[in-house]
Amino acid sequence: MIAPVWPALVALLVSTAGVLGLLLAEQQWAVIAIVIAAGVAMLMATRMGWDDRIRRSGGTHARTVSGVAVALVIGMTFVLREHNFALLMLCTVLLTIVAGLGLTIQFGHAGVVNFAGAAFFGIGAYAAAVLANKTALPHPLVILAGGACAALIGSVLVLPLLRTRGHYAALITIAFGILFKTFLEVNDALGGPQGLKVPGFVLFGHAFNDPIAIDDETEWSFYLAYAGLSLVIAAAAYVLVRRLERSWIGLAFDAVRLDETAAAAFGVNVAAWKIAAFSIGNFLIGLAGAAYAMMTGFVAPTSFTFGDSLILVSIVILGGLGNALGLVPAALIVVLLPEKLQVIQEYRFLLFALLVIVILLVRPGGLLPRPMRDYSAGESR
Amino acid sequence: MDPGLLAQHVFNGLMLGVIYALVAVGFTLFFGVMDVIKFSHGDVVMLGAFTALAVAAGLTGMGVTSHPLMLLGMLVVALGLMAVVGALLARLLVLPLRGAPAINVLLITLMAGTVIREGVRLFYPQGSNPKPFPRLLPGGTVEIGSFTLRHDSAILFVIGVAAIVGVHLTLARTRLGLAIRAVAQDPETASAMGIPFTATVLATFAIGSALAALAGVVNGLYYSEISFNLGLLLGAIGFSAAVVGGLGNVYGAILGGFLFAALQTIGAVALPFASAYKDVFAFAAVIVLMALRPAGLLAERSAERV
Repeated sequence: MIAPVWPALVALLVSTAGVLGLLLAEQQWAVIAIVIAAGVAMLMATRMGWDDRIRRSGGTHARTVSGVAVALVIGMTFVLREHNFALLMLCTVLLTIVAGLGLTIQFGHAGVVNFAGAAFFGIGAYAAAVLANKTALPHPLVILAGGACAALIGSVLVLPLLRTRGHYAALITIAFGILFKTFLEVNDALGGPQGLKVPGFVLFGHAFNDPIAIDDETEWSFYLAYAGLSLVIAAAAYVLVRRLERSWIGLAFDAVRLDETAAAAFGVNVAAWKIAAFSIGNFLIGLAGAAYAMMTGFVAPTSFTFGDSLILVSIVILGGLGNALGLVPAALIVVLLPEKLQVIQEYRFLLFALLVIVILLVRPGGLLPRPMRDYSAGESR
Repeated sequence: MDPGLLAQHVFNGLMLGVIYALVAVGFTLFFGVMDVIKFSHGDVVMLGAFTALAVAAGLTGMGVTSHPLMLLGMLVVALGLMAVVGALLARLLVLPLRGAPAINVLLITLMAGTVIREGVRLFYPQGSNPKPFPRLLPGGTVEIGSFTLRHDSAILFVIGVAAIVGVHLTLARTRLGLAIRAVAQDPETASAMGIPFTATVLATFAIGSALAALAGVVNGLYYSEISFNLGLLLGAIGFSAAVVGGLGNVYGAILGGFLFAALQTIGAVALPFASAYKDVFAFAAVIVLMALRPAGLLAERSAERV
């Protein structure tokens, strides 16, 4: 029986409404009510078996559902066109998802740990700052170059990462993350602790930092343009990761993660795939960092600490290790909640850490655990 | 270089090395019995220092002025309390996740560390500011040429070394040490031989966390200042030291601790670039060392390693 399309659409509509409500909510009680409603909906969905129907419906009608999802995000940005802060939040969530996608390839799929996510994000951001300030490179290329720099600098770690695994490999990335941040702080050429200013994104002569004047009275937020940019990057990264996951490359990644010896015995080149996963992942993280730097107009070492790397890792684990879709609710929780819940502002890291502990204890697979590979479903691939 | 100055740098390096080794031994002990990394360890170090600070304040409030008495009280309470905290963390967070992916344990203890760190920042009076740590040790100095040896540093050094020797003797000579080594080698066989698994694990976490508290107090007395976020870097350094030495090997952790301190000292004084790059140099050296010796310097067993 072919699963109907409506469960996935309903789920999408409900979640979009929830996110929109959260972004627009100004009263604390409204924020808390939405959060509680989301928690209850999540529990109900699991209890009543709705999540399974939604997943099957989404898997069967992948194209329609993805199209609707993109349309809904575009609609959401349009509703928010005059709200600077809400749009900034939305862009941050989208770019965080891109960075999370990079980490998903690395240790969700290929099992290469990376505790220096924020460092690679920072490499992309600083690369964009330097290139946009010092060269006349067109800005779309600057963003791509940010990703390329992250992948390139990451290749320094390839040799030690290939020779180690588990906690030993984790240490290498942790050491790199701390090294990178300390380096930024003491280095004068890159602005030291004060950081660097980054010029805004310019595409075909249109400066994204200019507000979009509709007529004499209405002006749309300049973040609208950045929301478009973030959405394009996020959608492209998502498609890339899903395609890779479903292809034979994804199979090779899974084989490497699950059992290196068996994979090698079957002729899978373990080292090559680990390098590939690490580089693609760092490229995506760097891309997100470059776009983020151009949007906020400013980079400083304090944004790329070990703590920030941990937040990226917890997004990936919270969402469900290896499931790209799980990044969406996880990024929303981690990025949006602390900003909206001013009541808990002071206590947000405390509560956030407690939340992750609870989720790890009661739902070790994350919010949306990665489903089994399913090649039978799908209208087209 | 002037020999006096050289001796000064060597001693400072050794002092740092003792603190790092105390932290690293905890990491390696936990890894030995449970094959996990308890990343809240650095924050337990910090919590130990703050507990000692609170005890000092309390004793001063009660009118105790004798420095040795205060020091004793601080050490007893901080070490005892941290031993309980360590065992609790093991009981509540590490043991329930037995069999889960190692990354989950790493993450859950990292988050526990965040809870501790934020708890101190929010709930300790003015916890977000650096706190002066009382100078309780005699402050005199011995001068040999250009080498100045502070009495308090010498005492701290002796305390640290004594603690490390104590751990060695506990592991090598006592029944508990035997149980810990047996569980580290093979939990199933150890259980079959009648060694209580859970109790041994909890005892190991208690010992490791008490050492962390000692490291925290020594750190506070040495620098005369503590802050709520000292645990993150100290934890990362302790972890690096334990890994470079070879996880699971206590002597490797001690070696790693002194090695890291040596790298930092060399980075600060002997290399051509600014001393601010000392951590960059030390961590880069760690990465290179891992590429050359992927299983650590003193690798014994071959479970997780290459």
